[in-house]
Amino acid sequence: MFTPVPNPTTNPVPAKFGEQDLVRSSASTVTPPAKRLTEVAKLIDVSKCIGCKACQVACLQWNNLTEEIGVNVGVYDNPHDLTENTWTLMRFTEYENAETGNLEWLIRKDGCMHCADPGCLKACPAPGAIVQYSNGIVDFVHDKCIGCGYCVKGCPFNIPRLAKADSKAYKCTLCVDRLAVGQGPACQKACPTQAIVFGTKDEMKEWADHRIKDLKSRGFSNAGLYNPPGVGGTHVMYVLQHADRPEIYAGLPNNPTISPIVEVWKGVTKYAGLAAIGAFAAIGFIHHAIAGPNRVTEEDEKNAERLTEGRS
Amino acid sequence: MSNLEVDTGDGVHPGKPVIVDRYTVGARINHWITAISLVLLALSGLALYSPSLYFLTGLFGGGQLTRIIHPWIGVVLFFSFTGLFFRFFRLNLWKKNDSVWLSRLREVLAGDESKLPEVGKYNAGQKVVFWSMSLLILILIVSGVMSWDEYFASYFTIEQRRIAVLVHSGAAIAAICVWIVHVYAGIWVRGTIGAMTRGQVTGGWAWRHHRKWLKDLVTTKH
Repeated sequence: MFTPVPNPTTNPVPAKFGEQDLVRSSASTVTPPAKRLTEVAKLIDVSKCIGCKACQVACLQWNNLTEEIGVNVGVYDNPHDLTENTWTLMRFTEYENAETGNLEWLIRKDGCMHCADPGCLKACPAPGAIVQYSNGIVDFVHDKCIGCGYCVKGCPFNIPRLAKADSKAYKCTLCVDRLAVGQGPACQKACPTQAIVFGTKDEMKEWADHRIKDLKSRGFSNAGLYNPPGVGGTHVMYVLQHADRPEIYAGLPNNPTISPIVEVWKGVTKYAGLAAIGAFAAIGFIHHAIAGPNRVTEEDEKNAERLTEGRS
Repeated sequence: MSNLEVDTGDGVHPGKPVIVDRYTVGARINHWITAISLVLLALSGLALYSPSLYFLTGLFGGGQLTRIIHPWIGVVLFFSFTGLFFRFFRLNLWKKNDSVWLSRLREVLAGDESKLPEVGKYNAGQKVVFWSMSLLILILIVSGVMSWDEYFASYFTIEQRRIAVLVHSGAAIAAICVWIVHVYAGIWVRGTIGAMTRGQVTGGWAWRHHRKWLKDLVTTKH
């Protein structure tokens, strides 16, 4: 058993991290802090998940969210997708393993992966609306969010959701408010089987190794850790029984990266565009300085008068 | 009528100087609604385009309001420009002489119009502006609706919306560049602005820059 995060003191404590620990801030530059926090991570062991949805409930409860009552269409996923209120969602897949002939119930807890290279933050046009702390947390700052939905386009995992009520984007915060006072995330706290564990990123990798060895000894030869390097690694990682095929886990992307379209849009387009506008304006000024104004002459007016003479 | 380079509202008033009616009140109002919308769209769009220009959101009451208002101004511009399109497209159809005019761009830029073919109501440069704006505004409204997440997000995939914002920003930059050409031409060629303020130009202006238009007007209207 992984030693869970102990219950903290009930006395008020100062926040363990804050604005001074930001390493990235959308549409603005931050001076990286001299002292970096230890990277944290949440490890979700899909092989241990029993699909109880305690994590979903804990998430709603801690973050004071209420999900609409939905409609049963004959699947276990409830609600049917992530929403502005549902920041984490159990996605159920019935997988028939051709090798063993077994039916496997793959239950993946979906939600923000807290990428080291976050696409949402790259796409965001509002200064400071998306921030990244040196411990790996990527958080949305709703005071500054303008509701454009660019983060939705930037995210390689299809996580952020725009709220209908206030048109702002919402997603898992990794319980930034709990972590700041030394607690673990609410979902981890509620998990009855330790399918969700929380600690430093190194601890989580170590624990994952231990779990993967166990799974391999049980015949899951492709068991492995999902910590995709295409986004610089993530601060929410999965232990998968079939790590060679993450897509069978309700479409978990295989080797996700920030879309090249987003990279072009937020990279070269921005500079090339402003340069083009500047060049056109400059050419206008230079041409005017060289050629001078194109004026109508007396002669032109006379010609027009001659043309219209006797025509009135 | 089809060979004559004249619109129904155009007219000539002989005198000293000769005065020529170029744009009707309707066309001018239509033009200025389009112009104001385009400037507001450029400012609000650029604010969200580059962090260095985000301060422009202050003109619209902050980031949220800029995001809300920008697409609605776009809708106004689209319908307003559609009006301009149907007013102006006939005399903007490409003619053989336009290619000749365009091939002598050096003379055009030097203001040496004696070496150019006689021009109708619009010269080839104006036609290029007209058609490129028509195309760009069509691209902008389609890609704009596709990235208007408040109302249309559910109709398109995320990948389609990514392409839409990229196309939208590229087309917007192109449109701003065309707009610079349009405004600069109006300033450089003195006597032009009056066409869109009072609706009139002098006979000398028409003789110098749009001689075929003036000649056709004189033969048809009197």
